[in-house]
Amino acid sequence: MIAEHLPALQVVIPLLAAPLCVLLRRPGPAWALATAASWAAFGVAVLLLIAVLEQGVLSYHLGGWEPPWGIEYRVDLANAFVLLIVAAISAVVLPFARRSVAAEIPEEKAYLFYSMYLLCLTGLLGIAITGDAFNVFVFLEISSLSSYVLISLGKDRRALTAAFQYLIMGTIGATFYLIGVGLLYAMTGTLNMADLAQRLPAVADTRTVHAAFAFLVIGIGVKAAAFPLHLWLPNAYCYAPSVVTAFLAATATKVSIYVLLRILFTVFGPVFSFEAIEFDLVMIPLALAAMLLASTTAIFQNNVKRLLAYSSVAQIGYMVLGISLGSVTGVTAGIVHLFNHAMIKGGLFLAMGCVFVMLGSVQLRDMAGLGRRMPWTMAAFVIGGLSLIGVPATTGFISKWVLVQATLERGQWFFAVLILASSLLALVYVWRVVEVAYFRPAPEGAAEVSEAPLAMLIPTWLLILANVYFGVDTSLTLGVARRAAETLLGGAA
Amino acid sequence: MRHHLVLRVIAKLLIPFILVFALYVQFHGDYGPGGGFQAGVIFAAGFILYGLIFGLDQVRKVVPPAVVEVLVAAGVLLYAGVGVASLLLGGNYLDYGVLRHDPVHGQHLGILLIEFGVGTTVAAVMITIFYNFAGRGREGR
Repeated sequence: MIAEHLPALQVVIPLLAAPLCVLLRRPGPAWALATAASWAAFGVAVLLLIAVLEQGVLSYHLGGWEPPWGIEYRVDLANAFVLLIVAAISAVVLPFARRSVAAEIPEEKAYLFYSMYLLCLTGLLGIAITGDAFNVFVFLEISSLSSYVLISLGKDRRALTAAFQYLIMGTIGATFYLIGVGLLYAMTGTLNMADLAQRLPAVADTRTVHAAFAFLVIGIGVKAAAFPLHLWLPNAYCYAPSVVTAFLAATATKVSIYVLLRILFTVFGPVFSFEAIEFDLVMIPLALAAMLLASTTAIFQNNVKRLLAYSSVAQIGYMVLGISLGSVTGVTAGIVHLFNHAMIKGGLFLAMGCVFVMLGSVQLRDMAGLGRRMPWTMAAFVIGGLSLIGVPATTGFISKWVLVQATLERGQWFFAVLILASSLLALVYVWRVVEVAYFRPAPEGAAEVSEAPLAMLIPTWLLILANVYFGVDTSLTLGVARRAAETLLGGAA
Repeated sequence: MRHHLVLRVIAKLLIPFILVFALYVQFHGDYGPGGGFQAGVIFAAGFILYGLIFGLDQVRKVVPPAVVEVLVAAGVLLYAGVGVASLLLGGNYLDYGVLRHDPVHGQHLGILLIEFGVGTTVAAVMITIFYNFAGRGREGR
């Protein structure tokens, strides 16, 4: 009985746990419940991926209403993979959260924090699992509203302006998405993605559908922080509590990239997106600009969280570039980088969370000599950094390798050169942190700093070691990503 | 507001009708226009009016913030709980048809409970927002 209801449980478990956290009121029990719910969601995601690998697409009719009238949860390889990413990151981040939240969030607000966190998780999982274009908007709002609250809980008062800035940008993005869905509904009379895909070709040559495409892509582009719509991201990631930064950086933008994939390949289809609209003509230059400009900006940052945030914008550029190439290899590179970058940035931001709890700052100048005082944390940062640069035997290398292959397939060796150039820029900004932490003596009279507690180190290292493991054994990541890309490209053609 | 006799009398006169109208909108929702969201806002408006006229401390005595917080969670729990109940009775999530022997009755009961959950949470959230705005800067004193 449970097996057939897995798609519903994926969303319902964190949704039920969120109000229960409010009722528990105390930080300890709320944390325990949130962690249990998140692990359960992870278990469901694993079972869903196995089920999809074995039996193909799963379709769940919410409330027993048949699609296209009712809301359908539709799980194929692409979103089963995204669900796994989101649930896995959350399952690793929550054990870390206990100490980190205790240090950064007032005790009387901690239970509300866990409740918001679970709502955000619900929203992100919901966006990924649903097969209904309007339902995506509903879950987008659930995850967005809760993430504004989560960001505003940051210790620094500037977290409030960062959250407000994100609120304005995010609301514009969500509204654009909704306008796009509304236009499509006006033209086709349906909201179900699969049904939209069938009905759209008949009306594809109308201005309304073209406008809908633009609204959808720009709306989701804001949420995905695709260059040049990324302006909300650096402040939001910089001032949010460490746990929130790690969780959102590893999941929120990834889920938006997934929605972009769905819109391009499932709803409109590659023929419309790439031949009629020539999506790639606009997006490839922007993706390349993101890789180079955001990486360059990252070099000049003095706050390590902000540095990593700009690096995220660059990494999103890689994903958009892969998708915009429009080939199976390109989309594979985009999808596999969703997974790999989630692990890289998750691990790096968790390491910064350790530093923030022990040191009280993530400013570069305060981190002098930290390599000796927090050896495990900084070692984790170094390995994560190597993966970010794309050194062989790490996940970052796999992503870039596939991406370079995809560009060469199209004969665009120039793009490949730019990818390498951007990797060199990544080397520069990672090196800046390493140099300060390892080769500069601790300043005179610096406060004594000890290594972070095991409860924080273990989750951090789990993600970092995953970077190494999936850098060597790519059968899960690359295998599933390739099959997902084939489904996306083949399914709609 | 203590000296505004007219306001106080009219408010006391109006508030019961506002609350009853909210309940009408709430339970009429499955037949006609209305539903949990609108009803929740109207219901909360009654309390907010009371707070505006008689002061924040008075309305906090009527519905203490701790109770409002529980209600925020309870509404969502009711919504999600109805879904789980239909799962346990062998239907899909939120398939109200299985809640009763007769599917039509089941659908009725289901939407009524769901809307009641929505109404509870919306009203409680509106009151919480009012408490927070009206109570700003009070903690320090």
